[in-house]
Amino acid sequence: MFPYLRLGPFLLQMPLFALLVGLWVGLTFIEKEAARLKLNKEKINNLVFYGLIGGIVFARLAYAAQYASVYISNPFSLFSLNTNTLLPEAGLIFGILIAGIYAYRQKLSFRNSMDVLAPGLAFFMIMIGVSHLLSGNAYGAPTRAPWAVYLWSDYRQPTQLYEIFFALVVFMIVLSRMIPANAPGLRFIQFIALSAIARVFIEAFRGDSAILIDGYRTAQVVGLTILVVCLTLLRNWEGKDEHESKIG
Amino acid sequence: MTWALILGMVWTVISRVSPDQSQAQAGSVPKEGFAAPDFTLSLLDGGEISLSELRGKVVLVNFWTSWCPPCRKEMPAIESVYRSYKDMGLVVIGLNLTAQDSKQDAALFAQEVGVTFPIALDLDNSVGNLYRVTALPTSFFIDRKGVIRSVIVGGPMSEAVIRSKVEELLREDQ
Repeated sequence: MFPYLRLGPFLLQMPLFALLVGLWVGLTFIEKEAARLKLNKEKINNLVFYGLIGGIVFARLAYAAQYASVYISNPFSLFSLNTNTLLPEAGLIFGILIAGIYAYRQKLSFRNSMDVLAPGLAFFMIMIGVSHLLSGNAYGAPTRAPWAVYLWSDYRQPTQLYEIFFALVVFMIVLSRMIPANAPGLRFIQFIALSAIARVFIEAFRGDSAILIDGYRTAQVVGLTILVVCLTLLRNWEGKDEHESKIG
Repeated sequence: MTWALILGMVWTVISRVSPDQSQAQAGSVPKEGFAAPDFTLSLLDGGEISLSELRGKVVLVNFWTSWCPPCRKEMPAIESVYRSYKDMGLVVIGLNLTAQDSKQDAALFAQEVGVTFPIALDLDNSVGNLYRVTALPTSFFIDRKGVIRSVIVGGPMSEAVIRSKVEELLREDQ
């Protein structure tokens, strides 16, 4: 755990820094994939940029909407750099929506654009794990296992390390195109499905799971639901054309 | 991948949390989701304050020193929020890391801002160490059950940030 680095009068939040590195390197992978799939690199970059900015703006607006009276009397606080005042779920939904609108207006192929994003997002997932390792968030349940780590006053499952390991495996599979993808969009669906499988597995070792009902962990139920959607899409899209075999 | 779905379902069922295996965090750790570590400190104006005695109230513990610019900048906002919500059950502890400051400077600054909430003096940095304070200011928002719900490291916090965090906790039932 290494949450902060003091640089003179400045305090560098290391988990946030890890995410920025993930974004930067992830964009490099996205650009390479855009070139490989012969898509307009500039438009793909814009797609990511608008999605990201839109996501952040809506994450803040959604948070502020919960405390409307507070933010109406202090509107400039909307521009705060504080990451504690964001609603990530709303940001994710609106970010995807805005990127989708941009792709539609620019007549970008939806499924090809998703494929282009897959390696970059897979790398970003590794850095989310690194970010958790630095902050001590997403911690494991107490355990007596010999590989337990001492964190938050107990010996715990090193779930952040599991997260990094599985994200690395998914990244390698996506980057090396280990599983054949015979139609546009399948590479992205494979990435989402593999990430969902990893999450369903790792969540069982977490010590901070949100519980849905009757002891079921929310993240596992959501992961399984995503997996069902991915399997349906994989079956429907597969074999409709010879996408990547044409690209070589 | 159908096999993965079936295995995932089985795994989800066998790894569900049993009723006697609570996900509530045991122990006192300065981390969101854990019980706030207890402390007792003497106050600038005399007397003592113990965190455990404030159970049932929403507590904001703000670590500060008089020489820290962002601490100085956010203090009026904290005071304003305290005045607005103290009757609804908000307690603010301005926890001065006196080992890194001086009692005189802390008192002078508190007077300058017109602070009305209690200023606790951490003379040997023991509470700072207990809460693993590595940067100033650092604020802990603690709910009525004594659980840390939000930690904000660095500053200055805007008044809206403080108000939103406090309102969130005050809205919750006792």
